[in-house]
Amino acid sequence: MNAHAKPSKLIKGADGDWEVVIGMEIHAQVTSRSKLFSGASTAFGGAPNSHVSLVDAAMPGMLPVINEECVRQAVRTGLGLKAAINLKSVFDRKNYFYPDLPQGYQISQYKSPIVGEGKVVVDLPDGESVTVGIERVHLEQDAGKLLHDQHPTMSYVDLNRSGVALMEIVSRPDLRSAEDAKAFVSKLRSILRYLGTCDGDMEKGSLRADVNVSVRRPGAPFGTRCEIKNVNSIRFIGQAIDYESRRQIETLEEGGTIEQETRLFDPNKGETRSMRSKEEAHDYRYFPDPDLLPLELTQDFVDELKKGLPELPDQKKARLIADMGLSAYDADVLVAERETADFFEAVARGRDPKIAANWVINELAGRLNREGHSIADSPVSAGQLGAILDLMGEGTISGKIAKDLFEIVWTEGGDPRAIVEQRGMKQVTDLGAIAAVVDGIVAANPDKAAQAKEKPAVLGWFVGQVMKSSGGKANPKAVNDLLKQKLGL
Amino acid sequence: MSVDAATVRRIAHLARIAVEDGEVEHLRGEINAILDFVAQLSEVDVEGVEPMTSVTPMAMKKRIDEVADGGYPETIVANAPASENGYFLVPKVVE
Repeated sequence: MNAHAKPSKLIKGADGDWEVVIGMEIHAQVTSRSKLFSGASTAFGGAPNSHVSLVDAAMPGMLPVINEECVRQAVRTGLGLKAAINLKSVFDRKNYFYPDLPQGYQISQYKSPIVGEGKVVVDLPDGESVTVGIERVHLEQDAGKLLHDQHPTMSYVDLNRSGVALMEIVSRPDLRSAEDAKAFVSKLRSILRYLGTCDGDMEKGSLRADVNVSVRRPGAPFGTRCEIKNVNSIRFIGQAIDYESRRQIETLEEGGTIEQETRLFDPNKGETRSMRSKEEAHDYRYFPDPDLLPLELTQDFVDELKKGLPELPDQKKARLIADMGLSAYDADVLVAERETADFFEAVARGRDPKIAANWVINELAGRLNREGHSIADSPVSAGQLGAILDLMGEGTISGKIAKDLFEIVWTEGGDPRAIVEQRGMKQVTDLGAIAAVVDGIVAANPDKAAQAKEKPAVLGWFVGQVMKSSGGKANPKAVNDLLKQKLGL
Repeated sequence: MSVDAATVRRIAHLARIAVEDGEVEHLRGEINAILDFVAQLSEVDVEGVEPMTSVTPMAMKKRIDEVADGGYPETIVANAPASENGYFLVPKVVE
């Protein structure tokens, strides 16, 4: 797809508009217990070289044996990206030398990847959506980790990550702005997390992106691209694209040319710079790995995995809008993270979905954000929030008291219904009791009572007094009705 | 197919093998002899023949996803020319 950007996405140059064209390669760590070709653990951290088998350290005579779960995960990912699954794929050796790669080659898939073409629909903040083509997904090994700051003249090598399974997800150059690119990565991350095939933890490096950026005059053929390697946060992806597109536009407007090269994003300076040393290494001399037979799958195997797929964000969003009557905005907010969606659905079960959405988005998510909690460690559980909504729905507590109750449950925990009982937070609906309070207050303020007939605002003052003296527990409608009656309004 | 002296140097560099100038011509001859030998295969018509990946038809063996290896860092680094605190030590490489 060679779609053109909307005018709003174009970048103004010194003499006319420019269009940015972006494609991405996302490296997503496969969720599995053990590595792609060995039985060593994939757990993050661990003492140096403790999650390493002789296969991962490339000791002579060691042979790779593929982890069947990694294959299932790659197929699930392909299905989640609405992609073609290749029933036969081949592992190749990608040859290069670097101290983090003990084999001297990475086992990857070159000509025959496990997953073919697919697509991701990305919803943008302005309400538009872009369909981004997926070219392929293949399985490959991660490399080890180098530490350069531990020794004056030497680098440390830790192979714990060596051999961990990665999925490389390659997009078509269908993105036209930094915003598009950020939204694409967020959406992809969300899909992977729903599928459970990658935890999406960018801080731990579970998801990183190589970003290909080029610029052109609107309608012109693609320009020469530069590849920005290993960008590890969504915010940095945006910054790297902004910087790189401006750099290319300035170079071209000054009469220069763009050289195809690999660049590195420096988050401290917010700029990209050339990594010339990697240039000539681009001859990887791929060939089929003679240690591994082709990976052959049956259609039944694929169909079985398809049956087991969970509901994905797009489907869930459509259902929340169609069946639960939520707005597109609320549905978007709720489905972005699987944990939030699950929490919401637990609260909404058997209750008014709009009220549940409102409380989850405004009261709960707002509070979680402010205090830096994730929904997984929310102090208020879905069951507790549901109980608060029930108490409010059945008229046991008022909306105002519900917020107080939420606060108590947040800080102290406990069963909301029991708290309401113990602390006398029940809304007073007993008309006799409210009437007694109303009578008392009206009798104590004869001058205000006289004013009420002329100035309707005074009624509000009386409502406030009654609510105050009842500790917020009087049913507001009953108070209003009784006051109007008493004051002859 | 035949290789020239520049290609010999390039192959040697990619393989990180030091080759003296005086060796290049000799190696060029050896590589070309190997290529000529292998080139005989292209005389065979393989149109429509599936590439053979194993002598007896078999499916690739797979392992179940469980942690069954690792946990011996001292063995991993035992033969390293240099190691420290459980890490391999290599001459500093930094971009």
